[in-house]
Amino acid sequence: MTHCPECEAEITVQDLMIGEIIYCPDCSAELEVLRLEPPSVVLAPQVEEDWGE
Amino acid sequence: MRLAILTSRIRVEEKLLIEVLRQRSIAFDIIDDGELLLDLSHPDERWRAYDAVLCRSMSQSRGLAVLHVLEHWGVRVCNSSTVTATCNDKLLTTLALLQAGIPTPHTLLAFDPQITIQGIDMLGYPVVLKPITGSWGRLLARINDRDAAEAVLEHQEILGSYQHHVHYVQEHIAKPQRDIRAFVVGDRTICAIYRTSEHWVTNTARGAVASNCPVTPELDSLCVRAAQAVGGGILAIDVLEDPQRGLLINEINATMEFRNSIAPTGVDIPDVMLDYILSGVREEAVR
Repeated sequence: MTHCPECEAEITVQDLMIGEIIYCPDCSAELEVLRLEPPSVVLAPQVEEDWGE
Repeated sequence: MRLAILTSRIRVEEKLLIEVLRQRSIAFDIIDDGELLLDLSHPDERWRAYDAVLCRSMSQSRGLAVLHVLEHWGVRVCNSSTVTATCNDKLLTTLALLQAGIPTPHTLLAFDPQITIQGIDMLGYPVVLKPITGSWGRLLARINDRDAAEAVLEHQEILGSYQHHVHYVQEHIAKPQRDIRAFVVGDRTICAIYRTSEHWVTNTARGAVASNCPVTPELDSLCVRAAQAVGGGILAIDVLEDPQRGLLINEINATMEFRNSIAPTGVDIPDVMLDYILSGVREEAVR
């Protein structure tokens, strides 16, 4: 378990992958899974101009 | 057999691809483009372990840069850098389509705002202004009159980067509240969806609803030709239905998103993608 960097809510990364985007259940912040062991999430980067298909 | 998937983020599409790889017991690695440090004069041996690298970078600039380097090092990639560069750039896509004689909306290119307005007057309102790079329907503007044209062009000139000073102007197609997204893998249109929206921008990223679109021989032939025009591979083709001229190819995407298209079409798109990549690897091994 880790904590949301925005609101400190508890975040579990079970069954997730590094690089996956999740939403904080408390504050809805977009979070990127940085590490699984030990678990770590960061605020996901904002959409950049060159992102797309 | 060992594959690599180049990613910026793990989206639903990447998870679906990973699921197919696991089902088929194919070894793979996920490589985050943000973590790469590429010594251009010294090929990193890790890449030689892969029979193919599938580019799924969400960052178009990162993905294309890595494709260039890997091809330079002799690593098999999908899609190729040439195909990806063409699809990432609406100007290059339009030129490739025109070169191949494929119907596409009438498009003008200009640099000076006043000259651009002259061009818009020639085409007739409404028109669509698009940045030549970009995706997900970002910064598209339907221009209904000269006031709007002057405002948007001024915003682009003052607020935009130098790329927004290249004005790509397209005739507006009076499509029936929808467009078609067709998926071409190799020489076959494997499925297609209608993207329906009340809004004139019909990207699913902007809320359009996906439903199955039958792949007629006409749609298949046109989309395969369009895919070949940009070099071929695994491509998503955006098609507009013009009331007078019929099907027009609008844009082509080299790193296609398909999460909303599997259920309505019933086609296991990641499975077909993997088939295509594996057959390419096997063909190369035979040579």
